[in-house]
Amino acid sequence: MALPGQGMRVGLFATCINDLMFPQTVRATVDLLRRLGCQVEFPPAQTCCGQMMTNTGYFKAALGSVRSFVKAFDKYDAVVAASGSCVASVRHQHTMLAGRVGSAKLEEQARRSAAKTYDITEFLVDVLGVVDVGAFFPHRVTYHPSCHSTRLALIGERPYQLLRAVAGIDLLDLPEAEQCCGFGGTFSVKNPDLSVALASAKAANVMATGAEYLVAPDNACLMNIGGILSRGRAGVKPIHLVEILAQTEVAAA
Amino acid sequence: MVEEATVMSPDQPTGQADAASRQRVLATITGALSDVSPGPEPERTETTAEKISRPAGPAASGDVIGLFAERCADYGATVVRLSSGRATAEAARMLVDRGVRRIALPAGLLAEAGPALTNSGIEIVKDDPPLASAELDQLDGVVTACRVAIAETGTLVLDHSVNQGRRALTLVPDLHLCLVRGNQVVPDVPQAISRLYPSILAGLPLTWVSGPSATVDIELTRVEGVHGPRTLLVVIAE
Amino acid sequence: MNPRIGPDQPAVPTGSAKPAPALPFPAAARRELANPQLRANLRKATSTIQAKRALRQAETPDWQELRSAAAAIKDRTLRHLDHYLLQAEAALIEAGAQVHWAATADEANAIVTTLVKRTGADEVVKVKSMATQEIDLNEALAKAGIAAWETDLAELIVQLGHDTPSHILVPAIHRNRAEVREIFLAEMRLNGAPAPPDLTNDPQELAAAARVHLREKFLRAKVGISGGNFLVAETGTLVIVESEGNGRMCLTLPQTLISVVGIEKLVPTFQDLEVFMRLLPRSSTGERMNPYTSMWTGVTPGDGPQEVHVVLIDAGRGKALAEPTARPMLRCIRCSACMNACPVYQKVGGHAYGSVYPGPIGIVLTPQLRGFGAAQTRSLPFACTLCAACADVCPVKIPLPDLIVHQRNKAARHKQREPRPHLETLAIAGAGWAFRRGWHLGLVGRLTSLAGRLAGSRTAIGPLPWPASAWTRARDLPVPARRTFRQWWKKQQS
Repeated sequence: MALPGQGMRVGLFATCINDLMFPQTVRATVDLLRRLGCQVEFPPAQTCCGQMMTNTGYFKAALGSVRSFVKAFDKYDAVVAASGSCVASVRHQHTMLAGRVGSAKLEEQARRSAAKTYDITEFLVDVLGVVDVGAFFPHRVTYHPSCHSTRLALIGERPYQLLRAVAGIDLLDLPEAEQCCGFGGTFSVKNPDLSVALASAKAANVMATGAEYLVAPDNACLMNIGGILSRGRAGVKPIHLVEILAQTEVAAA
Repeated sequence: MVEEATVMSPDQPTGQADAASRQRVLATITGALSDVSPGPEPERTETTAEKISRPAGPAASGDVIGLFAERCADYGATVVRLSSGRATAEAARMLVDRGVRRIALPAGLLAEAGPALTNSGIEIVKDDPPLASAELDQLDGVVTACRVAIAETGTLVLDHSVNQGRRALTLVPDLHLCLVRGNQVVPDVPQAISRLYPSILAGLPLTWVSGPSATVDIELTRVEGVHGPRTLLVVIAE
Repeated sequence: MNPRIGPDQPAVPTGSAKPAPALPFPAAARRELANPQLRANLRKATSTIQAKRALRQAETPDWQELRSAAAAIKDRTLRHLDHYLLQAEAALIEAGAQVHWAATADEANAIVTTLVKRTGADEVVKVKSMATQEIDLNEALAKAGIAAWETDLAELIVQLGHDTPSHILVPAIHRNRAEVREIFLAEMRLNGAPAPPDLTNDPQELAAAARVHLREKFLRAKVGISGGNFLVAETGTLVIVESEGNGRMCLTLPQTLISVVGIEKLVPTFQDLEVFMRLLPRSSTGERMNPYTSMWTGVTPGDGPQEVHVVLIDAGRGKALAEPTARPMLRCIRCSACMNACPVYQKVGGHAYGSVYPGPIGIVLTPQLRGFGAAQTRSLPFACTLCAACADVCPVKIPLPDLIVHQRNKAARHKQREPRPHLETLAIAGAGWAFRRGWHLGLVGRLTSLAGRLAGSRTAIGPLPWPASAWTRARDLPVPARRTFRQWWKKQQS
């Protein structure tokens, strides 16, 4: 039987934070996509979505990211990243940046690359048409639906569908799940008191579930909530959604 | 066109200053809209009223008057439904039950409701010549009709024509009893707006009333009756 | 003894709607975060109203079409604002109203002050209005010896408490019932009818005290001052949406009515109101309909004020209109749904923003109206995590996160023009370089992976000195990867 990703050539967008801080998430993305039959490539010309600069107001500084993105992924049919936030930035901000401070040509290129960029959950459910990816994760987990993934990338129910199909998983409801964790990129250092207050409220809700793992579709949120959990020695481990999906019974054994 | 400058003291701005500001505001706006293609009369937004598909909500089917009664009562109003012959007598009884002795009655309602009220021993005060605000404050209540009632939101709309009296009449007294005819109840806000258009064109003011006056300003605790009538009674005649 | 002040002796207003000299947002937020009573009240208020709003949205099957219609109507109005303003002016004059234009807040205040003085009155009753708060009308009237009485219960609490509003919709949400009682007992007697000496904490009794205190003012007032929720261009009809009936009192009983209306408040036709009358109450208080709405068209002979003025104010709106990236903020109908949905606002409330417009709409509107000159206004667009919860609830579909990012762009450009280099501009320049080419980022990765290897067996980084302390004071930081993904991939390929 043909695998769902057979014959698909996927451009892997690592994202800067995952590349430098959480490479295990990107490696899990590679493992998972290969397991489903995709041909995965990492074009080294890529850098970052640029939202750190964009969202701090530095549009011109972000333009280098837009240029490197459209160049790196020009030849791929699909671009996949394990971050709804970075995907949302590619979709919503690259054309705006190109239009405001770039060129009409770059704007057109950005429009084309935005249209074929997917969060891993969208790529699995919508493009490959799979919900059960054959994962095995016998643990209590609770899911934080990151704001950018939910409200900007609009990945919707897909993470829940994927998680429910994981063998052995015990998925616990997170109270006030849609509430922001307070990361907000440079907000976390420009307004540290508020950021910590929001992250602490989120961490308290996470701990109330009794979960062993906190799962999210974005490592930035996990870094923020995880920072509070780690400082408080809460014992709840942050984990990216795709790392759960990449786990199989064989790997666990 | 701008208003004529009226008599003003010397240290006050003049009509000319006003006219200059008017020119400046309009010039700013016209300049700001340089990216908008000029046209004579702007097109109508196709997304209003008629064009919005209104899926069958609770108001679209079934008992519109019942829905109005239920939603109006939701706000804390007392609502009764009767056959039209019994409406004024029931209204009088409700007032007497609440100790109401003196009420204002708009001229346009005298013939319809006057006899039943008088027979129940209620004194009717005419607003002709207009009562002073302090006199209105001394009344026990007021009885009026309305122009439209909205089922979806439980709202009464008064256009203050002759059977509803001027606005102060339904504002200062502490109790308002409103007589609603069944055919005045419309399912939703868009239909109410359509029905109210002639009143607006006639220059009449509108007051939309959804339950008694209320506030949640202290610790979000709902308190009924701040400045408007604290008691709202609604008699629907079918 | 009853130190009651008679109608011939109006007192000066005791409160001020003007915010205290404002701290930049991060410092102001820190101050507000330290107030547990405020946080508890805000949490209750915002969560209660949010839940009610969500319920109303759920029971309105055409909610999304309504939002689209509202946005389309507002956009069309704004695209042809000059046309609709002239239409409204003509209709108002036809209906017996007098129309005044003010390009600035000062002009508006001068016009209103003159109009009040002309009547010979030295006091006015006011309906809660964002526009008059924005222009500091009460202060301008006070300077001219005119007492302006706020009549909304919450605004009365704020005014008598010498305080500023903390929420658009429930301005005294930072006060609990015991505080309200104390304010009423101490202040009402200095400003008119006193509170009963045996007043308790019961909200019912507190509201009754306000009713008595204000009724005296309503019945004697010669001039009422209002804002306007909507102004219908076609007919010149003004609309005020309210709950308590204080609006009806101010709009009906005085001889003279002065309405201060922002030029963005226009809607083209009366029929257009069907959209807004369904959206506004549901978005604002979570009710199907607010208790009272008044609509009036100029002067109605024999009913209500016989002298009606409308002051149309620009005060920065025309400038916003000129910027395509700012224009959508003029759709705002001041419902406050974005505030209740905002995680930042929920924690700190309105005072932290140093403006009458707090929350998501406030952080785009305030710098737009005031400019980016002050550090405080420049800090406002950053009072946001870009979580986009506000955009989901906005009844006129204002793309608030996008507008916020555009305001940040203006703030950053302002910062870059300053001679003194900022840590932020240096950091961004560095990041801009790192992300320009793949090999630049590869070089950065070699440094971070070296740092990761030097960290040894540690997995988390604890407290660090400034500037990293902003993150690490209360949160650990993960140790950078010992081998970046780029390094791993390269090794795998070779």
